[in-house]
Amino acid sequence: MNNLIGVYTIWYRDILRFWYDKARMLSALLFPVFFLFIFGSGLQRSIGPMGGGVDFIQFMYPGIIGMSVLMGSFMSGVSVVWDREFGFLKEVLVAPISRISVALGRTLGAATVATIQGIMILVLAPVIKVSLSIWIVLALLPLMFLLAASMGSLGILLASRIKSTEAFQAIMQMLMFPMIFLSGVFFPMQDLPGWMSFIVKINPASYGVAAIRGLVLGSPPDSPFTIYLFGHAMTIWENVIVMAAFGFIMVILAMWSFGRQE
Amino acid sequence: MPEPIIKVENLVKKYGQLVAVDNISFNVNQGEIFGFLGPNGAGKTTTINILCTLARPTAGKATLNGFDVVHQQNQVRHSIGLVFQDSSLDDRLTGLHNLRFHAMVYNVPAPARNERIEQVLNMVDLWDKRNKFVRTYSGGMKRRLELARGLLHYPKVLFLDEPTLGLDPQTRNHIWEYVLELRKREGTTVFLTTHYMDEAEKASRIAIIDQGKLVAMDTPAKLKRMVGQDIITVRTDDNTKAAEEIKSRYQTAVRKDGDQLSFNVDNGEEFLPVFIKESGIKIASISLRRPTLEDVFLKLTGREIREEEVGDSIKEHLRQRGGGRMPH
Ligand SMILES: Nc1ncnc2c1ncn2[C@@H]1O[C@H](COP(=O)(O)OP(=O)(O)O)[C@@H](O)[C@H]1O
Ligand SMILES: [Mg+2]
Repeated sequence: MNNLIGVYTIWYRDILRFWYDKARMLSALLFPVFFLFIFGSGLQRSIGPMGGGVDFIQFMYPGIIGMSVLMGSFMSGVSVVWDREFGFLKEVLVAPISRISVALGRTLGAATVATIQGIMILVLAPVIKVSLSIWIVLALLPLMFLLAASMGSLGILLASRIKSTEAFQAIMQMLMFPMIFLSGVFFPMQDLPGWMSFIVKINPASYGVAAIRGLVLGSPPDSPFTIYLFGHAMTIWENVIVMAAFGFIMVILAMWSFGRQE
Repeated sequence: MPEPIIKVENLVKKYGQLVAVDNISFNVNQGEIFGFLGPNGAGKTTTINILCTLARPTAGKATLNGFDVVHQQNQVRHSIGLVFQDSSLDDRLTGLHNLRFHAMVYNVPAPARNERIEQVLNMVDLWDKRNKFVRTYSGGMKRRLELARGLLHYPKVLFLDEPTLGLDPQTRNHIWEYVLELRKREGTTVFLTTHYMDEAEKASRIAIIDQGKLVAMDTPAKLKRMVGQDIITVRTDDNTKAAEEIKSRYQTAVRKDGDQLSFNVDNGEEFLPVFIKESGIKIASISLRRPTLEDVFLKLTGREIREEEVGDSIKEHLRQRGGGRMPH
């Protein structure tokens, strides 16, 4: 019971912090929009239609949703390191709640904040001329949450191992940018050079992005955005399962690792 | 006599080669102010970290409120409140948020929550500032907020790790008023570390720790009686000769302290006029004082407790890099 309250309290703090951090909120909105419109408009004409009846901006849009979710949840992982730096982690670690509930509260907080950031991007759909039914939006929510929880717990896992802020930021950058750029946010999955195709396929974020894209743009079997694994075209559900399996492992590892730290 | 609230037996904490806490044992009684005194790097914070479950002992055993600090962490955590040496507030939230967070994780019952928050905030005079973000607080205000937070769940033992380090004298006095009042009202046991002697004087008992080892433990009065005598400090035209003279005439050890000499005598007030009359060397200045805890420390360790504030951490850093006490 106490641990449940602990999870809730840790989660609630993350939400409060996000709410009071208007600068972070604004950048969570502006950064993806910037990508969407500058890149999109700049490349739209030279790239032409993407197949499946969508243009480049429309193609990029679900990727950008995925990107803002990924970045949002990663950032929450960073905040564990900030808490250590600014001392608040001590208050948390010495509180009479288990480390596991702290890690869980953190993961859920990161996932919630990142999902909210994703929803902020969903609002742009009409501008991009993508029509989203209420059902698609409802299906997107748990999907974004799942993606965010996986990445958030990866961040927490790293933060509980790497004690210095500088090292953590370096590693985050080395990990986060490839994960985002090589997840199919900006280009379709087909006809990639072999090495790149390989990295995209071992990148768990790709499956989250593919699932979001499938939901938003529809997924006919011959869609150019499909991930092929050993010649098999991944369906939305299969993507979700890969994502969920990865997320599950990450959450467990994060809880374990967070629980062990001194 | 009730059971001691803290029992420490043969506690050891090593960080690699460095022995931060070196086989110490002591008890803390219910309701006392226990002063843990020692220079920087002596192992005070490490001991507190072990007692509050933040660090695991390398060897030895400790119980708090009857609970083992390794195996019954949750019960121990419920029993303690902490004011850390370094801030542990969330400065991106308001003072009130910080206290609410604390009240919730410590399971303060919902009906009592707001009332208690108001009570502790009033006690440290921060009620008016409760909705301001902590990052806008001054250093003293932050420390007071931490104190309020540490008290919020009515802990059995309140740990204060250098609670007034870097604060101005007025705020220091203020904080002490709160702590003393609290102890009177709630009977809270206070475990205090400090390297300010005047603060240590407030303790019922003092343990002196140096390089991880406990070197003495008693009431301040008894510790000072250990040094016993009054201390005379003189500056003369010829200190070397004066030292010889004092040694042979009064059979007492003379310490060199910069351009001064100091030595201990019984009954200093009567000694002083006699000494000045008898002295063959011209005295430039002379003073008499009662022993302080500083002298106790000096006598026990042969070193002074350094009282510098600014640059402490830098020196600490250098000392460590120099490998101060690493056994090579
Ligand atoms: N986490 C740690 N890792 C390595 N050494 C440490 C750690 N914490 C403390 N120490 C070392 O242990 C010694 C005792 O430190 P500490 O307990 O903080 O002293 P105090 O609080 O009395 O100033 C110091 O030499 C310090 O450098
Ligand atoms: Mg310390």
